[in-house]
Amino acid sequence: MSALEGGATAQQRERATTIFEKGAPGRRAFSAPALDVPHVDDLIPARLRRAAPPRLPEASEPEIVRHYVNLSKRNFDLDSSFYPLGSCTMKHNPRLHERVAGLPGHARLHPLQDPKRAQGALELMFNLQQALGEIAGLPHVSLQPSAGSHGELAGVLATRAYHADRGEQRTTVLTPESAHGTNPATVTMAGYETVKVKLDAAGGVDVDDLRAKADEHTACLMLTNPSTLGIFDPNIEEIAAIVHAVGATLYYDGANLNAIMGYARPGDMGFDIVHFNLHKTFTQPHGGGGPGAGPIAVSERMEPYLPRPQVVRKPPANGGGPTFDLDHDRPKSIGKLRGFQGNYGVFVRTYAYILSLGAEGLKEISEIAVLNANYLLARLRAEVGDLLPLAFGERCMHEFVLSGAPMRKQLGIRTLDLAKRLLDHGMHPPTVYFPLVVDEALLIEPTETETRETLDEFVDAIVAIVREAAQDPEIARNAPYTTPVRRLDEAGAAKRPRVRQAL
Amino acid sequence: MSGYTAATPQDIALMLDVIGVDSIEQLFDGIPPGVRLDGEIDLAPGLPEQAVYAELRRLAARNVSTEDEVCFLGAGMYDHYVPSIIDMLMSRSEFLTPYTPYQPEVSQGGLQVMFEYQTAISELTGLPVSNASLYEGPSAVGAAAYLAKLANKRKRIVVSRGVHPHSRETLHTLATGYGMTVDEIALTDGLTDLDPLRAALGDDVSAVIIQQPNFLGTIEEVQALSDAAHEVGALMICAADPLTLGVIEAPGAQGVDVCVGEGQTLGNRLDFGGPSFGFFAAAEKHLRSMPGRIAGETTDADSRRGFVLTLQTREQHIRREKATSNICTSQALNALGGVVYLSWLGRQGIVEIGELMLQRTHYARETLSAIDGVQKLHDWPVVREFALRLDVGGPDEVQRVLERCAAAGINAGYALGRSYDEYPDGLLVAITEQRSRADIDRFAIVLANAVAAERALLASEVAA
Amino acid sequence: MAEASYPDELRYHPEHDWAKVDDAIATFGITWFAQDALGEVVFFEPPQVGTSVTANDYYAEVESVKAVSEVIAPLSGEIVEVNLGLSETPEAINEDPYGEGWMVKVKLSDPSELDTLLDRDTYVGGLE
Repeated sequence: MSALEGGATAQQRERATTIFEKGAPGRRAFSAPALDVPHVDDLIPARLRRAAPPRLPEASEPEIVRHYVNLSKRNFDLDSSFYPLGSCTMKHNPRLHERVAGLPGHARLHPLQDPKRAQGALELMFNLQQALGEIAGLPHVSLQPSAGSHGELAGVLATRAYHADRGEQRTTVLTPESAHGTNPATVTMAGYETVKVKLDAAGGVDVDDLRAKADEHTACLMLTNPSTLGIFDPNIEEIAAIVHAVGATLYYDGANLNAIMGYARPGDMGFDIVHFNLHKTFTQPHGGGGPGAGPIAVSERMEPYLPRPQVVRKPPANGGGPTFDLDHDRPKSIGKLRGFQGNYGVFVRTYAYILSLGAEGLKEISEIAVLNANYLLARLRAEVGDLLPLAFGERCMHEFVLSGAPMRKQLGIRTLDLAKRLLDHGMHPPTVYFPLVVDEALLIEPTETETRETLDEFVDAIVAIVREAAQDPEIARNAPYTTPVRRLDEAGAAKRPRVRQAL
Repeated sequence: MSGYTAATPQDIALMLDVIGVDSIEQLFDGIPPGVRLDGEIDLAPGLPEQAVYAELRRLAARNVSTEDEVCFLGAGMYDHYVPSIIDMLMSRSEFLTPYTPYQPEVSQGGLQVMFEYQTAISELTGLPVSNASLYEGPSAVGAAAYLAKLANKRKRIVVSRGVHPHSRETLHTLATGYGMTVDEIALTDGLTDLDPLRAALGDDVSAVIIQQPNFLGTIEEVQALSDAAHEVGALMICAADPLTLGVIEAPGAQGVDVCVGEGQTLGNRLDFGGPSFGFFAAAEKHLRSMPGRIAGETTDADSRRGFVLTLQTREQHIRREKATSNICTSQALNALGGVVYLSWLGRQGIVEIGELMLQRTHYARETLSAIDGVQKLHDWPVVREFALRLDVGGPDEVQRVLERCAAAGINAGYALGRSYDEYPDGLLVAITEQRSRADIDRFAIVLANAVAAERALLASEVAA
Repeated sequence: MAEASYPDELRYHPEHDWAKVDDAIATFGITWFAQDALGEVVFFEPPQVGTSVTANDYYAEVESVKAVSEVIAPLSGEIVEVNLGLSETPEAINEDPYGEGWMVKVKLSDPSELDTLLDRDTYVGGLE
């Protein structure tokens, strides 16, 4: 075994103990406010009163802090190192956003506050709707969905309402083979059947197959463009024409919007519905898997079906400025998808980001994201192109897919092994084994916030790993060595699931 | 060049050379001319950090937050104190900035937090399995109904009108998609009554959904309702407020099959409605039909204890159109806030805070309903929230009472007429550990004055 | 199971399933090739006794950590017995695919379908 220098500290490698295994009976952090009203017995009848109090931890505040701070040190994070996870847009999270989202006027605002006393929040949401609509090239926006998948559901349910309103019962939704898994899962939840469309040799939608499959039963085509292969579909106009000709809607999965801001807009490509991933393109921190937000922008014909309520601006009255309100009176709306008005805290961060960058800044973001991806691609092709070839095409947009199949054949290590060995180099691996259409896929998205030096270090690490594997593939096969734990028994976890601690 | 990118003109020249193109624009040649943006996006020019801060500060100042008034408004989100350690832990880079833990070797912190969170939610709800959280409360109710459909293939949901109006509306929205119908049953004196429930049940009912305490703060007779649901083979789904579960019996101990709810009360900010998290716990047999991420315990190659995302074959990235849900994430950061809060509150604290809310809710209900023109909606046991009737006319007059209270610095609560035709003169009042007896007493004076003023107007209109 | 094996006495379906016929009752399972391609099996949910299966249609799912595969019935009939042991020890499908890893027993409705299945050599020939 040849581990790299450094690696996990003794503390990180300590056997894991949970908060439930710490503390001692009687310990506490919380001190309850005094009971300042007369105590009344038996306010809850015995049959409704909790018999055995929940066995929560018993720990002091310093113990709790130390426990979670130490846990945090067993996490890899974007602030510390490179995180080129394809399709996830791991860009820098500006701390200004945390500061402004934490202002009490935002953070401690009750969601049911009378709109008259929440004018700042509604103004912010209205302005954000306008800005996102402009970026998407579509006139109407609902901020309500809580994630990309939630936005998809909103969009497909709106499609359903649109067709129903026209007296049509359509049954299928088309998705390309390279689609995110959420697309077909959403289709099922919205009561449609998924029909897969093949890819052509260049990795785009096979237009002939699309033409054969699009018919009067088709409700919608869901598409990501640029695709999960990092390729802008050159046939997008023809695709839109085919879909619209059969009366279906065209849905844009906005996961890859970071590639095209200022250069192209989904609305101009003919899309009717777009979802944004505010946690990807617009810097909401991923938080270890949430929160996010997935607003949707739609064309004029889809507007009546947007979720309730909508933020609206009312013209100035009595010489004052405009006022903002929540419009619940939307008879054709699909209704609500969640409580209240959406993840407002995420909107504050997004709005701050858009104010900081403006039109030029957003365009620059896409330019540098695409530049960084192509530079990284060019360097990797020059260094390891024989072992890790580009799956499709010559260049890419903001991300690209390599195939580890030749590496597996020639060196005997899989994409997974390469990924695990990267951890020993202090870098987060790219997305692996997605998209499914590429054998041993490695999906790399560097984002615009990384320096050229970081990209070069990544290339150096990949080169070092394949050279090492050529000598001794066992090293990568058993990696990582320097992390808080080594490879974990995932099969064992799935066979006999332990999803809570026995107390 | 914005401060969030690093490429200098020299970098760009070098990089373009390596790529083998002459300009950045050339990298966008793959976009067909017909769909290229003509001109620029129409947005204001970018601003420096201090100007952005000033603008966001200006907007914040146009909101009246719970720091600016005494808040008795609840109706699904509540003004609880968020302990300082939560701000500190949730803003740590190591929790704030990673993605979903796809590489468990370097994500043990986040995965263990999920495992601890699942343990705490299981314990609170009295159900053996929990996922790592969903978006928020009402959509978790919709997710529970979908689980019921997967479990028994039936297509009708019966939901009590004691369930949050947003949850019911979300349920109607989602059920349209997954092909279920939703029937609502009215409350009887603020409580879900067995007779109308039984009348609505049949062997086509997939699940019954109630809320504990219900939207009016009433403590529901969960066991009896569960028994009725089970008699027809339906699942019992309960949306619960986790912060009351130190004093109210665990739903899992009262026949509930799936317990979901809004997690905001566990250490999350109001944030004008989000982000927060929804929790989702269920009976063991539903483990493989649960939506969302689940963390599980295992060991590493050196036999050390570790944690992974498990049972992933349920999920969209593997099972695609047959997945148990389209959801891809948990609300990991918000759920971290939740488990830290529960640890901070602790085994005794969860009972103490529940008891405090119980006593103060009782005190507030008795005090406010003693006001001339104000009555309790019912006498059933309540915790954290209760409903009053204001004898001032109708919804418009209730709204004016709220305005009068707001002018005196008190947010009096939620006008029930906004979502319940059956309670046009209703007012829903919420209590947290932050609302002291002094606050309640002052509220009583303000409310008495406001109601008296409206009643005087009403009397003069009648006289005229 | 380290070594590939394909017993002579079994009949094979090209979707990598085997059948062993005893009078009108057949036992089904998946082949060495199938379990190897799948990786470590973590879950098998047996179908209900009494359900009908149709040749070339799937009758169960088998799961590894990151994949779900449908198990195809090589022949038609009614399920008369299922291997309940697999819910506790799904690894038997990897370790002993032709023995402890059997999945269901089926009362055949059309024994003549047997002629559509492959013998060992034909099946193994198709793997290369």
